[in-house]
Amino acid sequence: MNAAVGETMALLALAAVLAWAVIRPRGWPEAVVAVPAALILIAAGAIGASSAITEARQLGPVIGFLAAILVLAHLCDDDGLFQACGAWMARTGASRSTATGARRLLVQVFVIASVTTAVLSLDATVVLLTPVVFATASRLDVRARPQVYACTHLANSASLLLPVSNLTNLLAFAATGLAFGRFAALMALPWLAVIGTEYAVFSRFFAADLSIRPRPGPGQRDNDAGLPVFTLAVVALTLAGFAGASAAGVNPAWAALAGAAVLAARALARHRVAPVALVRAADVPFLVFVLGLGIVVKAVVSNGLGAALAPLLPGGTSLPALLATAALAAVLANLCNNLPAVLVLLPLAAPSGAGAVLAVLLGVNIGPNLSYTGSLATLLWRRILRRHGSAPDLGEFTRLGLLTVPAGLLVAVLALWVSLHGIHA
Amino acid sequence: MAGSDTKDRSVLIWVSEGTWRASVDAGLSLAPAGARFTLLHVTSAEVADAAHGAYLGLFGRGRGVGRDPGDRLDELATASAGDLLARAAERLGRSCEKVEIHGPTERAVVAASAQADLLVMARDGDRSRLGPKSLGKVGRFVVDHAACPVLLVWPEPAPDITSIPPPPHAGGPG
Repeated sequence: MNAAVGETMALLALAAVLAWAVIRPRGWPEAVVAVPAALILIAAGAIGASSAITEARQLGPVIGFLAAILVLAHLCDDDGLFQACGAWMARTGASRSTATGARRLLVQVFVIASVTTAVLSLDATVVLLTPVVFATASRLDVRARPQVYACTHLANSASLLLPVSNLTNLLAFAATGLAFGRFAALMALPWLAVIGTEYAVFSRFFAADLSIRPRPGPGQRDNDAGLPVFTLAVVALTLAGFAGASAAGVNPAWAALAGAAVLAARALARHRVAPVALVRAADVPFLVFVLGLGIVVKAVVSNGLGAALAPLLPGGTSLPALLATAALAAVLANLCNNLPAVLVLLPLAAPSGAGAVLAVLLGVNIGPNLSYTGSLATLLWRRILRRHGSAPDLGEFTRLGLLTVPAGLLVAVLALWVSLHGIHA
Repeated sequence: MAGSDTKDRSVLIWVSEGTWRASVDAGLSLAPAGARFTLLHVTSAEVADAAHGAYLGLFGRGRGVGRDPGDRLDELATASAGDLLARAAERLGRSCEKVEIHGPTERAVVAASAQADLLVMARDGDRSRLGPKSLGKVGRFVVDHAACPVLLVWPEPAPDITSIPPPPHAGGPG
């Protein structure tokens, strides 16, 4: 098949996959279109069977890793880890000083949301932690707005630290050629820099909401669960396992699998979780969707989009090159979504080295905070759909995004540049 | 104003997280004798929408029932509003009507003020530096558009008058 026909087919397939994922007709899984689209492209020769198999082989461990992390986070929630975080915040977040207001609570939310995102991935922060944070703010009789916005923002911007923090990182991890520990070492400074930027903006932006002093409500300690020490220990050992396995040349996905297996075995033995709940937590349709999307994007890139986009991406890891790479990645992530964006940009950035791939990750991870739903495509569709009878007020969210995203990207790229030169030196 | 005229005065107390005690106390101590009390709480969709948006941003993730944190926040917000109104009514210690509205806060409060003779509300802005910003956007809108007189109270004891900054171009004392 000639490249023009192949590219047209692949682009149509990608458009169908993305449109389906955005629109979600009747709530059907995204894989319903992604898998047939990939199979049609293979059958039509728009992507060679061997090329598709290579892509699937590369994605397989990533998907396994993702499944293990999703299950691990679910079991942590079952064991009351997030409830314990909420109880701790409710106990210690109350402040005696009117001047401090709810800022102490905001700091606690920043710490917990950043660590949760980094270790258990952004899904855990959005789905599992956010409701706990809201409930905690209610218990302390303060406005939940800054605290909930902090969770939604940090789920993206604090997902820089580890390969497990975001699916985008997992997809890029192999392309960086870095060991787990080195990835974390290079991303630590950008991670801290962007969290600091978010805090500085939040502290001013929500000054009015934060001026309210938290007060412990009645019945405060009644349902306070203790810290699930065993669960926390397993998570800590899993983290150590990531670094250890990677240093020994073993895929760190095995450490994630081991951690999830230990918690799953314990929960099953105590009849605290049903096997079917574990399978549901692994979100198999989503895993299959990622596989299908990966193959479709591979066809799009190899039939011509890669060559077309390559001149846009600066080579090398100079500061201007890193800035331009991160900016392009942020723009692309905002147009469609960060998963397709990272899949498209990875093969283009990889030849320039680990620094360029990490710059792509800064863009696709921080960028989505600019738009309310992570991408304009989803946003436009939701505007049409209109939840709550009227479209949500996007002014506030967009202003917050405009204040945090460009500044966050800038400081994160600067920090990455410093890390790349400092750590390699 | 004759005493008998105040019998049916309706006092609307807008209660909001963190500042409701001051509003209730002011309503109780400053409302005319025999006034009818209404406690109003408004839940804006904004916070739940933010969580819903973040969930939509998780591209391709399961559509399982109960996974969208926006829905969970809606439930929690409703429960929390009911709890807050109950505590406010308890503090008021008089018979009162409790009203919970879901919608844009400022417009809901203004609409409710059309049926009231007095609206009691607390400052909702940044009070760490005194000045125009001690009223937030929502509070400003309500003060500007309320259909009845407004009693605006400090969530904490009102600041001393010595907290007023000196007038511009002020000379020395005296």
